[in-house]
Amino acid sequence: MLEILRQPWPWYVSGPLIALVMVLLLFFGKSFGFSSNFRTICAACGAGKRVAFFNYNWREQTWNLLFLAGAIAGGWIASTWLASPEGVQIAEATVADLRELGLQEPKGLQPEELLGLDALLNVKALLLLLAGGFFIGFGSRYAGGCTSGHAISGLSNLQWPSLVAVIGFFIGGLITTYLLLPLLL
Amino acid sequence: MKKLRFILAGILFGIVMSKSEAISWYRIQEMFRFQSFHMYGIIGTAVILGIIAVWLIKKFKLRDIQGNPIEFTPKEKSVARYLFGGTIFGLGWALTGACPGPMFVNLGHAYWAILVAIAGGLLGTYTYGAIRDRLPH
Repeated sequence: MLEILRQPWPWYVSGPLIALVMVLLLFFGKSFGFSSNFRTICAACGAGKRVAFFNYNWREQTWNLLFLAGAIAGGWIASTWLASPEGVQIAEATVADLRELGLQEPKGLQPEELLGLDALLNVKALLLLLAGGFFIGFGSRYAGGCTSGHAISGLSNLQWPSLVAVIGFFIGGLITTYLLLPLLL
Repeated sequence: MKKLRFILAGILFGIVMSKSEAISWYRIQEMFRFQSFHMYGIIGTAVILGIIAVWLIKKFKLRDIQGNPIEFTPKEKSVARYLFGGTIFGLGWALTGACPGPMFVNLGHAYWAILVAIAGGLLGTYTYGAIRDRLPH
């Protein structure tokens, strides 16, 4: 059983389980949206004293911080007991494209060049991560949600604004992939 | 102990995101290069099943475990904020290879460098809050 669980899970197993997470949260009386946690953390750190956007009762969002803590634990469980021995089996075409950008073939879940321990001493990698994170934090609040809030929760409720947001996610993603990464990596 | 359910849901999410490899920078690159069905399969099935679930919840007026009706808040109607905000988000998604959830799941995998992206996320959120009145919504 553990052997099967250790394999990477195919999309037709993972997709339904993500829908299950969304439905579970609905039955818990909440809605699935991860990026609100960034706002909650800002508010909990006292950002409400300076900026009105963070001046609200963030304690009502404690459940989402618990969900966040669970997500970290889930990642730890997956990496401790359920890790697959091989690197991510991405398409050959992607491996070839990434090699042209100077990246090695996948050996684990993440590129060592960007997220490995050495990256912590690499100024370029740190700046990329900082800028990437900044865009994600800024953009998800501007758009009022991220992949979970818009692509999963919003689209499930047939909200056209979420479709516009998802189209935006792809416009930005394609700009980074085809224009920025070749310049930056 | 009723808060435990949120931790358990988070654990399920973290495991699924890990084992589906949706937290992998490589998978996100593969998706934006349209070179595999994997990520589209995950998001597509989640959305189709989500649509059916939400439809059933509305049709049968289902209630949550506290007995309250499950309600859905419609998104405000606007194009600018979703298009501009979404595009800015996408720039970062392809750069870090992680959206907000997977950032934290990666912490569990001890990819400590992702803390820099999380710090960026907090900084970006704070900046949005500070200048939101000056942005088109």
